[in-house]
Order: sequence, then C-alpha cells, then structure tokens
Amino acid sequence: MYLLFLLAMLTATASYTTPGKLIEALGKREIQHSIGLSLLTCTVTALLSLLLAVPVGYLLARARFTGKHWLEAALDIPIVLPPMVMGLCLLILFQTRFGQFIERIVPFTYTVFGVVLAQFTIGAAFAVRTMRHTFDHLLSRPEDVAMTLGCTRAQAVWRVTLPAARRGMFAAASVAWARSLGEFGPILVFAGATRMKTEVLPTTVWLELSVGNLEAAVAVSLLMVLCAMAVLAAVKWLGEEV
Amino acid sequence: MIRFDNLAWHAGAFRLENISFTVPAGRYGVLMGSTGCGKTTLLEILCGLRQPADGHVFIGERDVTDLPPGERGIGYVPQDGAMFPTMTVREQIGFALEIRQRPAAEIAARVKELADSLGIAHLLERRPQHLSGGERQRVALGRALAAKPSVLLLDEPLSALDEELRDELAALLKRVQRELGLTALHITHSRREAAQLADVSFRMISGRVDEVPST
Repeated sequence: MYLLFLLAMLTATASYTTPGKLIEALGKREIQHSIGLSLLTCTVTALLSLLLAVPVGYLLARARFTGKHWLEAALDIPIVLPPMVMGLCLLILFQTRFGQFIERIVPFTYTVFGVVLAQFTIGAAFAVRTMRHTFDHLLSRPEDVAMTLGCTRAQAVWRVTLPAARRGMFAAASVAWARSLGEFGPILVFAGATRMKTEVLPTTVWLELSVGNLEAAVAVSLLMVLCAMAVLAAVKWLGEEV
Repeated sequence: MIRFDNLAWHAGAFRLENISFTVPAGRYGVLMGSTGCGKTTLLEILCGLRQPADGHVFIGERDVTDLPPGERGIGYVPQDGAMFPTMTVREQIGFALEIRQRPAAEIAARVKELADSLGIAHLLERRPQHLSGGERQRVALGRALAAKPSVLLLDEPLSALDEELRDELAALLKRVQRELGLTALHITHSRREAAQLADVSFRMISGRVDEVPST
C-alpha cells in the first residue's frame, strides 16, 4: 500500500507537466546555475563526508574506549535535530568570536562555502553511520594476520580493510550526496537564497513556488527525483543497503 | 623454541596467571583446552596482537614481548583462514614478501614454490569467495610460510573441515613442519588432532597450562 502511495505521488507529479515545458524550465539561466551549483556542492560535500566518515566509522567499529556511547549519540545529533535548527545553530556559531575569526579566513555565511558547510554538517553524520555499519561487518582478523605478516596497523587498514570496504565507502558517499541534494532548511538559514549565488535545487523549488511558477518547481522537483533514484539504483547495484 | 615465562593476562573477571611452558625448537606443540579457556588469547599474545599484563614471551632466545607482530618471525594461521577479501590467492601468498619490498621475480618464485608444495597451484588466480574451507586453509598456510618464519602458530585450523579433509590437512601440516624444521604451536580442542600431530602436548584448564605426558 505504502509503495503504491509513493508511486501514485511520483506519477501525479510527473504527469503534472509536459516534456516541452520541463525542457523550457530547465533551460532558464537561474535554474541551470542552480543545477550546476547543486552538483558541485553535493560532490564536494560527499568527498569531505567520506574523509571524515572513514576514520570515525573505523574508530567506532573497532576501538573500545570510555564514553564511546556518548560519542556515538553526539554524532547522531545532526540526524535527529530539525534541519532548520541546524542552520540556525550554524548561523549563531558564526556570529561568535570564534566564528568571526573563521569568517576572516574563509567567509561561510551567505556564501557557497556556507552551502557546503550546511550540507556537510548533516550529510557527514549519515556517512559516518554507513561507514560504521560497513566496518562492523568486516572481520578484524584479516587485519591482524596482515600485521603478523609485516604490516603496521595503518598499512593493514590501507591494504586489507579499505579495499574490502570500498562498496561501503561508495554507499557512504552516495548517501551524503543524496542527502545534501535535498538539504534546504540549513542552507536557507545559513547560506541564504540568493539567485545565481547560493541557490541550489531545493532553494529553486521554494523560490519558484513562492512566485507561483509551479511548472518550473515541478521540473526541478522531477530532476531531483531522478538524481535520487539514480543514486539509490547505483548503491543497490553495488549490493549495499543505504 | 617458543617459551611463555610467567605470563599474565587480565580482561575483567577473566584472568590468566603464571603461564609458563616451552615448545622445544623444531617440535610440534599442541595446546588443548575447552572453548573460552584462553587458548586463543595466549596465541594472540605470542603473535603480538595483545600485550600481556605481566611476564615474557620468547621465540628462540629472543624476548619478543614488546616487539610488533611483524618483527617476531611468525607465521599465523587463524581458524577460518582470515583471507584478505579482495586479493587473489597469488596476492595473498605473496603479501608478506611484497610488504618487505622483495623483487617481483623473488615473490613470483616463492609463490610458485609454496603453491606447488601445498597443492594449490591451480587456485592462484581465484579470490577467497571461490575457495572451499580446505583450500582456504592451504592458502592461509602458504601465506603464513611465505616470509620463512621460524615458528608456525595455528589456531584451530582444522575445526571447520570435514573428517576426511581434516586428516589430509593434518598430514600436510605435519609434513610442512618437519620439512621446514619449524617450531609449531597448534591450538585445538580435539584429542584426535593432538594424537595425530603432537610431539609435545599441553592442556589448559582454569587459567593454567600443564604438559600432558606422552603415552
């Protein structure tokens, strides 16, 4: 029933517009900029998330230390907090003296860097979860054997564990990418919704809806649905569950 | 020679105290004991994968207690083979020499020599998921022997195999140990395996290790 409901929803959205109007909407300069910026920021966010998720996921899966449960709970904060609240927290952080100091080096508030940071703050938490899940399912014994054969721990991880975790790494990056593509609240609050500057695809949907241009909003929504389905298909094809 | 000297290990309520025993050089030692008694922990301490709370471990005349696993000169065969998931059999056997940055020709020659000796030459291009239990153990043995270790450590290497294969692999282990003059320590809970393989047997009960007199 639920699946039918989802299919009905997507079919209704797809049949709302015609291919001609869809192409016309996607041809608009602002929307093309938004597509380009979304693809760029999501890809950068996915790579940054992976850089964080691999060591943190490994640590959570393999190491035993005091306060581990608290650390795990803290890393889930971006997943459980309302996205809009995350954006507000980011905005307030960058009004503090520490934030202002960072801003003097790299300006984040209402910039493209802010878009990436807002996406990263939430996407990385999902990537960490995926990598932890991946390392939980990989036995540590081959790593031990590699060490008896002459590897250091770092070499054993690099040569034995990471190649075995490559599907999980792809899944983690994909989850972060897909999650970032749909991120709206934190970006709106922290990076703004300036056309041709910090406008990403969800912002476009919101901007087009706010001026009553439903055709363009539907066209961009369908594009996002296609992207999300492509990521899901790629992850499933590689045999990893998101 | 392998020697444990007053070794201690603590993990919560589980304790091993004053463990002392010796496997003489060139002999096949078998350590028996029930599941969970600490046999694998002892082997992991010998491998350098765990640090003892007290005491010393000797391989030959060398105190290896504080040496990293890769500098102890050991070959380790775990229970399930612990294959490297993404490597072919050829890459697994050549791994120890590749880590030591030996020339490609030397690695290829050693891999061939071991593969021929262990009867796995036809498996060299296969990955672990396409190997049977017995084949995995042969590959794990080849991988452990590649860097010419002085001691061979085996953690229940035959437990997952059927009876016929078990006898065949036991004979192979004994032949390899004799031919290479290795000192071996083999962990098992099977008396039959001990009878087949042991030059010297030990039993681990209640955190103590005693030599079992040969009959």
